[in-house]
Amino acid sequence: MSRQGIRIERLSKRYGSGDTAFWALKDVNMQVAPGEVVGLIGPSGSGKSTLLKCLGAVIDPTSGRMTLDDQVIYDEGWRVRDLGALRRDQIGFVFQAPYLIPFLDATDNVALLPMLAGVPNDEARRRALELLTALDVQHRARAMPSQLSGGEQQRVAIARGLVNRPPVILADEPTAPLDSQRAMAVIRILNDMAQQLQTAVIVVTHDEKIIPTFKRIYHIRDGVTHEEAGEGRGLG
Amino acid sequence: MISLAGRDILHTWGKFVFTGIGLGLLIGVTLTMAGVYRGMVEDGRVLLDNSGADLWVVQRDTLGPYAESSSVPDDLWRGIRAMPGVVQAANITYLTMQVGLGEQDVRAMVVGISAGGSGEPGWPPQLVAGRQITRGHYEAVADLASGARLGDVLRIRRNHYRVVGLTRRMVSSSGDPMVFIPLKDAQEAQFLKDNDAILMQRRRTEANPAFNRPAVPDLLDAVIASQTSNSYVNAVLVRIAPEFTAQQVAEPIRRWKRLTVYDRAQMEGILVGKLIATSARQIGMFLVILALVSAAIVAFLIYTLTMDKIREIAVLKLIGTKNRTIAAMIVQQALVLGLIGFVVGKITATFAAPLFPKYVLLVPFDTAAGFAAVLAICVLASVVAIRVALRVDPAEAIG
Repeated sequence: MSRQGIRIERLSKRYGSGDTAFWALKDVNMQVAPGEVVGLIGPSGSGKSTLLKCLGAVIDPTSGRMTLDDQVIYDEGWRVRDLGALRRDQIGFVFQAPYLIPFLDATDNVALLPMLAGVPNDEARRRALELLTALDVQHRARAMPSQLSGGEQQRVAIARGLVNRPPVILADEPTAPLDSQRAMAVIRILNDMAQQLQTAVIVVTHDEKIIPTFKRIYHIRDGVTHEEAGEGRGLG
Repeated sequence: MISLAGRDILHTWGKFVFTGIGLGLLIGVTLTMAGVYRGMVEDGRVLLDNSGADLWVVQRDTLGPYAESSSVPDDLWRGIRAMPGVVQAANITYLTMQVGLGEQDVRAMVVGISAGGSGEPGWPPQLVAGRQITRGHYEAVADLASGARLGDVLRIRRNHYRVVGLTRRMVSSSGDPMVFIPLKDAQEAQFLKDNDAILMQRRRTEANPAFNRPAVPDLLDAVIASQTSNSYVNAVLVRIAPEFTAQQVAEPIRRWKRLTVYDRAQMEGILVGKLIATSARQIGMFLVILALVSAAIVAFLIYTLTMDKIREIAVLKLIGTKNRTIAAMIVQQALVLGLIGFVVGKITATFAAPLFPKYVLLVPFDTAAGFAAVLAICVLASVVAIRVALRVDPAEAIG
């Protein structure tokens, strides 16, 4: 399967029907290439969360088309059957809060995804340790989430998003709870991993500190997006 | 694949262990209640075994001598002894009463046994200490559960009996210890009145012109003598020859003696099906209530644990965990809770059983059935939590 990133065309999402119908997304177009990190910015109620849920195959769009690499995910009412397997194998999620599983240590939090996909435990843990090493938290591999600092938890969460080497990562306010130094470190990690694994990364953010780091930014307002070039600075 | 349930249990082991102990105590009570019922049935069987009888001959149309009162003449046994297939026949009386022992009294079943010896129907088959009754009056053989020891003096009505022998597990179907005394003493004890009552009855009889006829001077003495003596027993115990069946011997006794005869199976049916039936139903109700309470406790805990993990479950679903994996995690946790509870319950019941005043019989079948019931209850109790977990929208993880 060749890496082509994620592409959506004329994606719309309507909530309700009749007089109460509300269009949260209107003919949204977006394309993110492998290895690219783009920002998605917009005020509250602009449709960011709805777009993220459509991109994450959590809710179905009303119309439009979405492809991931060369696989069609949605196409005008049609969609792939097993969205759970799609999310597990092809979409990485990084949340504002790490949402680590509290009863699994750092390694198993990361290794859980490949295990769910049927990868043997040893191999899954090896992959998890590789990523934890790349993210510089290998020394906390056996620690439980409650024993990790906020920054360490976020790095473990990023490792979990990357462990199945998905073609796309959706990061929802990943730097919100962090100070500027740690926020920049997270963005740097996402950039490095996107380059290394040829993964398309979409970062939803309000964080003024990290907005200048994107080379491309999608603004969204009232369900409509427009694209603009970013500054792409600060990552060295 | 790692065990999500196992890891969660290890993470919150304290909650599981302490809830398991609480549940275990409840299961322990349940197992003990089942043991009390088994003990009652076993006491009934022991009563029949120890009587050494193959047939019980009782007053016609009664369920005597254990479930109803029965009264038959004490000379009847001779006629029964002569019937075909009868090897031994012996009179017996049963009277449940308070027996004085030192300063206290104990509830006991006083058994009147006819003259004879060990091996006669009705006699205690084995002693753990002392000897059998050898005198016609004022000797007793008592069960250890009565608290009596060799040489102790028991008080039955106005008379005193020296304990010459001790038995073990000789109890009534209610679990009361047995005290064996000579038949004549037991017959007297059943109808013995105090002196004032005897005097008043004599005066009433003397005042009755039908009994006090000047022309028949011995009539009054004969009537008074019949009033103050008891020539009845509760049953005749019969042992039959090996070449006869119980029905072959019982049928002629029913037909020619106009009495009711029960064989071993019928008597066991009366004891289990009638005498302890109400107690069995009460225990059954307790078992149902305890099962419902156990199910409610497991359901509440599993539901609470699941609600505590709603966000994690949303994340698990978002990253593609199958519904059956999440359901299996919840069921496994419920089963582990049940397992902890059952082990604690079994240990509790085993150690508590000897402390009960009644005989508690814990049988392997009840243990196995209890274990299966606990597992089934745990699976059912996890249904509500599973429904909640499966309804969690993975979008909740995104916000």
